[in-house]
Amino acid sequence: MFDDWMDRYAMLIEMGKECPIIDEQYRNDQYLINGCQSRVWLHAELKDGKIYFTADSDAVITKGIIYLLIKVFSGQTPQDILAADLSFLDKIGLKEHLSPTRSNGLVSMLKQMMLYAEALKN
Amino acid sequence: MDINEIRKQFPVLDQQVYGKPLVYLDNAATTQKPLCVIERERDYYLHENCNIHRGVHYLSQMATEAYEHARQTVARFINAKETHEIVFTRGTTESLNLLATTLGVESGKWKVENSPLSTFHFPLKVLITAMEHHSNLVPWQQMVQRCGGQLLVAPMDDNGVLDLQAYEDLLKQGPQIVAMAHVSNTLGTVNPVKEMIRLAHQYGAIAVVDGAQSMAHLPIDVQDLDCDFFVFSGHKMYAPMGIGGLYGKTEWLEKMPPYQFGGEMVDTVSFERTTFNKLPFKFEAGTPNVGAALGLETAIQFLENLDRKEVEEHENLLVKTAVEKLSAIEGMRFIGQAPERSGLVSFIIDGIHPYDLGTIIDKMGVAVRTGHHCAEPVMTRFGIPGTVRASFALYNTLEEVDVLVKAVTRAANMLR
Repeated sequence: MFDDWMDRYAMLIEMGKECPIIDEQYRNDQYLINGCQSRVWLHAELKDGKIYFTADSDAVITKGIIYLLIKVFSGQTPQDILAADLSFLDKIGLKEHLSPTRSNGLVSMLKQMMLYAEALKN
Repeated sequence: MDINEIRKQFPVLDQQVYGKPLVYLDNAATTQKPLCVIERERDYYLHENCNIHRGVHYLSQMATEAYEHARQTVARFINAKETHEIVFTRGTTESLNLLATTLGVESGKWKVENSPLSTFHFPLKVLITAMEHHSNLVPWQQMVQRCGGQLLVAPMDDNGVLDLQAYEDLLKQGPQIVAMAHVSNTLGTVNPVKEMIRLAHQYGAIAVVDGAQSMAHLPIDVQDLDCDFFVFSGHKMYAPMGIGGLYGKTEWLEKMPPYQFGGEMVDTVSFERTTFNKLPFKFEAGTPNVGAALGLETAIQFLENLDRKEVEEHENLLVKTAVEKLSAIEGMRFIGQAPERSGLVSFIIDGIHPYDLGTIIDKMGVAVRTGHHCAEPVMTRFGIPGTVRASFALYNTLEEVDVLVKAVTRAANMLR
């Protein structure tokens, strides 16, 4: 699907522009995810037993990555999110971003989404 | 100077990343090592490895001699008056921590009678500049916080040039210590350290120069500078990691208490008391990194075998060319435009996050650094989240500058 890195990043950049943007009231330090070289804010709310995420970042690639995660996880139940098989990240070529030493914070974003799911599961 | 011949001595440069030739422009973080340095350290472990000092056997004596010879080479390279004025450390950060710990502070309180600073008026004030790396900021900040002192910061202008008048005005507030970057790691500014040291002395302060970013690029003469201390890292000047140095004037080093304890730094030890070894061993507790010190000596010889003036001109041409060609990119904003600069170019592009730019050009084989470069207050000063920094070494070429410019142009078009 993403043969060439240019296509892959071009797609992430395009996705970054479509990300459901976090409400201004949540765009503060409380919703900031640590561990990223760029700043990322993530908010989650529960509607009819399903979680809906919104986010923002000052870096567009980072925003594309978080939107990709949002596309996968938004609208799922907390239980489904917690039980999710994360191997899809390898398949779409984001494996290199999964190392905890990467400065884009994909790991931190995933962790924060899991924490929201854990907190909202009851 | 034949760059192609020089590049052959840096095997790491000859590789592809993501299928593209590597263009290594992160030299301010660490330089690559020439074969002679790698071989020197390897040779040490192959034939000479031994713990130094006090061993009566052959190998130990040879290793001790080699290590002390390396110290002489460093002393000569920066024109120290005495060889014992060179203390080997792990690098700039450790050297600065040594100073911020031993310049008169004991057990969190000023112990005035033992302090090399005892002639000064208290409370403690340390003056730094607004362009310091965290390593020349945090140790001093923590030091003044421990003893209820004050950190003074000399401002710079929008071009990243230090405000010398403001610096002198702050000196009138009576700081005991002044610590300054020789070359800014973020802006590339070359500070007028000789004049700054002269002024510091005029107002009765000790002058510490952070040479982390200058050693590889500029000739250093500590006697001519008349600095009280000069600190540097080996790995930023073609030597191995884990070795660096602290130069200090004998009069200060003699008065300072030891930094760490144990090993070679003692003279006599009983359960009741310990007396300490003479300089420079007083400051070298534990087994030193002998192999890296020998690598550092070889790196110095490598530099000395080149025409340093020619190296400087070549590196300045790389910076100048990069600035000229990058200027053509829409929205380009250089962070740091001092007339006197060395080694690097730092920039941002309007509307583009440095992280995005760095990520894309990495895929084109170009290694630069993005972020705050361990100088967060500099980013705050310019109101930006970070910069993209391309930093050069003597093995970089004008062709590589062109690759950088093309990569940045292409990435900017993708990201806009």
